[in-house]
Amino acid sequence: MSSHSIDDVKKSIRTYWMIGAALFVFTVITVAVNQVHLAVPAAITVALIVAATKGSMVASVFMHLAHEKPWVLWSLLLTVVFFIALLFLPILTTMDHIGTPVHAPSAIGGAGEAH
Amino acid sequence: MEIPYIVDERPDTGLTNGKLGIWLFLASEVMLFGALFSTYIILRTGAVEWPYGELNVWLGMANTFILIGSSVTMVMAWASLKMGDWAKHRLYLILTFVLAGVFLVNKYFEYADHFARGETPSHSTFLAIYFTLTGLHGIHILGGMAVMAYFIGPGAKLWKTNPGQFTNRIESTGLYWHFVDLVWIFLFPILYLL
Repeated sequence: MSSHSIDDVKKSIRTYWMIGAALFVFTVITVAVNQVHLAVPAAITVALIVAATKGSMVASVFMHLAHEKPWVLWSLLLTVVFFIALLFLPILTTMDHIGTPVHAPSAIGGAGEAH
Repeated sequence: MEIPYIVDERPDTGLTNGKLGIWLFLASEVMLFGALFSTYIILRTGAVEWPYGELNVWLGMANTFILIGSSVTMVMAWASLKMGDWAKHRLYLILTFVLAGVFLVNKYFEYADHFARGETPSHSTFLAIYFTLTGLHGIHILGGMAVMAYFIGPGAKLWKTNPGQFTNRIESTGLYWHFVDLVWIFLFPILYLL
């Protein structure tokens, strides 16, 4: 049978509604912070922290990740590693300088520096 | 021949085959949306300027409330089944379906308003990534609604012959639906607020 016993589910009902209410409150907070018009870096930081908090609440409570089996957790951990690589690898490719023209020092300046 | 481990858990994984399957599917979905989030970051960091206040924040906020509400009703639909309350399960599943429909209706009005003002995906980089991300998310909403419609309609009769399997199917549907909600939780701030 499934790992969720009837007693466990009955105890969780109140938690589901509380988490739902908390998600509503966090959404209001996100929009309220947006109305204050913070500087862009601060606004991005606050919005992403609130979104990550909301996301972890959905995953851990509604998707039962907090009590999930190791097979699921390890699969997701591997996914997180690949997800981070997916986010950062393309950014790294825009930061390299392969193919960027190298400007040689001018003849006068170069000669002056050489001697 | 009966398919093994659709109700009972496999001894080695501790999971039913369906549950392991839906989690692996969700892992692939993380990579799909991850690729698009990565694209968004590259486009945004490489842009000379990025539009602010182009989208209707209040409509986006309303849709966030709707999807969060639908996640609560979805988990309640599953919990009601676990407690053997068929009537409540039906109520919550239909409510989830309706909320998903309301989300799409809101999105339709939002899209229609953009198109009426000539704001198509080719109008700007921002609109291109906005329509791609929300369009793909909208298709996922439609997919979820199709599955829910099946379990509200013809798929519901499984409850009478194999309630354990039906409950597990609703659990898998719920896991998918919460993932769709989770994606929107990140889409809302990056597209509407930042």
